[in-house]
Amino acid sequence: MTAPLLTVRDLSVTFPDSNGGLEALDSASFTIYSQEFVCLLGPSGSGKSTLLRILAGLLQPTAGEFVFAGGQPKIGMVFQQATLMPWQTVLGNIMLPLELDGVREEERRARAQELVELVGLQGFEEAWPRDLSGGMAQRVAIARALIHDPDILLLDEPFGSLDALTRERMWTELSRIWQARQKTVLMVTHSIGEALFLADRVLVLSQRPGRIKLDLKVDLPRPRRDDIRYTAHFGRLARKLKEAIE
Amino acid sequence: MSVAPEPCSGVFFDSQPACPVSRPAGLPCEAFFLQAMTTNPTRKHSPLLTRWTALLSLAAAFVTWELVSRYGGLPAFILPAPEQVASRFWRALADGSLLTHTAVTLAEILLGLLAGTVAAMALGYAVAKSRLFERLVAPYLVASQAIPIVAIAPLLVIWFGPGMFSKVLICALIVFFPVLVNTVVGVRAVPRALHDLMRSLRATRGQIIRRLEVPAALPVLLGGLRIGATLSVIGAVVGELVGADKGLGFLVNSARGQYDTALVFVAVFTLIALALALYGAVAWLEKKLLSWQESHA
Repeated sequence: MTAPLLTVRDLSVTFPDSNGGLEALDSASFTIYSQEFVCLLGPSGSGKSTLLRILAGLLQPTAGEFVFAGGQPKIGMVFQQATLMPWQTVLGNIMLPLELDGVREEERRARAQELVELVGLQGFEEAWPRDLSGGMAQRVAIARALIHDPDILLLDEPFGSLDALTRERMWTELSRIWQARQKTVLMVTHSIGEALFLADRVLVLSQRPGRIKLDLKVDLPRPRRDDIRYTAHFGRLARKLKEAIE
Repeated sequence: MSVAPEPCSGVFFDSQPACPVSRPAGLPCEAFFLQAMTTNPTRKHSPLLTRWTALLSLAAAFVTWELVSRYGGLPAFILPAPEQVASRFWRALADGSLLTHTAVTLAEILLGLLAGTVAAMALGYAVAKSRLFERLVAPYLVASQAIPIVAIAPLLVIWFGPGMFSKVLICALIVFFPVLVNTVVGVRAVPRALHDLMRSLRATRGQIIRRLEVPAALPVLLGGLRIGATLSVIGAVVGELVGADKGLGFLVNSARGQYDTALVFVAVFTLIALALALYGAVAWLEKKLLSWQESHA
């Protein structure tokens, strides 16, 4: 096993409201290792997105702490919607993180072009976001999240708004991209199939207030193909997750 | 794409009515109304046809003018004939007076537009970003809109003299409010998800303004500028009519005093040309800067 990249200890969040506050997350603790693909699985309202937003620095926890090995991490985030800047082309959107880091124009372009090829968007470099399908837009968002070589990828139900067929195609793509880039990934999802197909490990969050209920190692062989979802072992793991959620 | 009518979130007024019509998703109500007021919704005709009908209508107006002035039996100081106006135009052009006055008015307009826009954008950004600041200044902003600028123009000329400065100030004041409102609407309408994205990338305040807020607010902002550009012509002329020794408004006033009605016509037409040119300039800017939006045909 590789070194721990992220250690989360007793993380709790309470949103202030009129009757004493809404407890969204209740002392969640876990560790994520380098180059691991971890899925956070849970029903709606279990605080999975809240947890991700805390790790991304978008939200302050009420209690607890989290530590990234090597200090302040570089983060690549993908949201449920592609959140592209409509006034930038595909290439312009992908280059954004490098622009913010002040990387030179030629290097930006070269690296963006490399990622365009990795996510399979050749020929669409100069297209506007309004002309992209949902799946294509999400590919742009994934490329953008990868371009500045982040320490961790935080994916917040990235395929939640896609249709079923596109979503399953994107699983294979993401799996391939993850293996090509050797990134640490933490992905939020409420789909058991998605979690099992992609992850090395699945963390199950309970109903609100969310706490880690199960930490399941997914020992399915890689690379995983579509038909792995119809094996008996996949079914057994799925049942375990299902029981943990309920 | 359109959405079901949603209630408007008021900028300064909480009691605005709900949008009665569907509007594009993500476009705030105020911006939608401003756009509806300033753009032509009937775009289905071919551009060629539209151009011909416009020319035809202009020609009809011109012929009517010619006929009325020739057979209407009106003296020239009431309605000069087109050819009298044309010859007066050439005379004013040849002796340089028309150019001098136009240059003065144009300078007042541009300086006023610039000052008003910069001030409105700065204040509008602060209002959009801070609810506290909004509550502090909103009463003054609304009250300032209740005072017709035409009514305080004489006061400004008394205070700041008949020179250019008082006109620049009037222009700036008249431009200020529409640009401010649109800045507030534009900045507030920046999607939260894009803010989250920038923050997850640890963008600085300056980077968020430059890379996110300015480009996102630009369509609405330019809509405000388009209104402001036309209004600033009015501001300059009002100021010059009240008291000035140069400018097209002054020219109208002095020509009227001499019963030189042809020259009044020349000045008025020049003002129309000026207003159209400014409007066209902003429209051109919109087309240039907003090419990422749906076609701007």
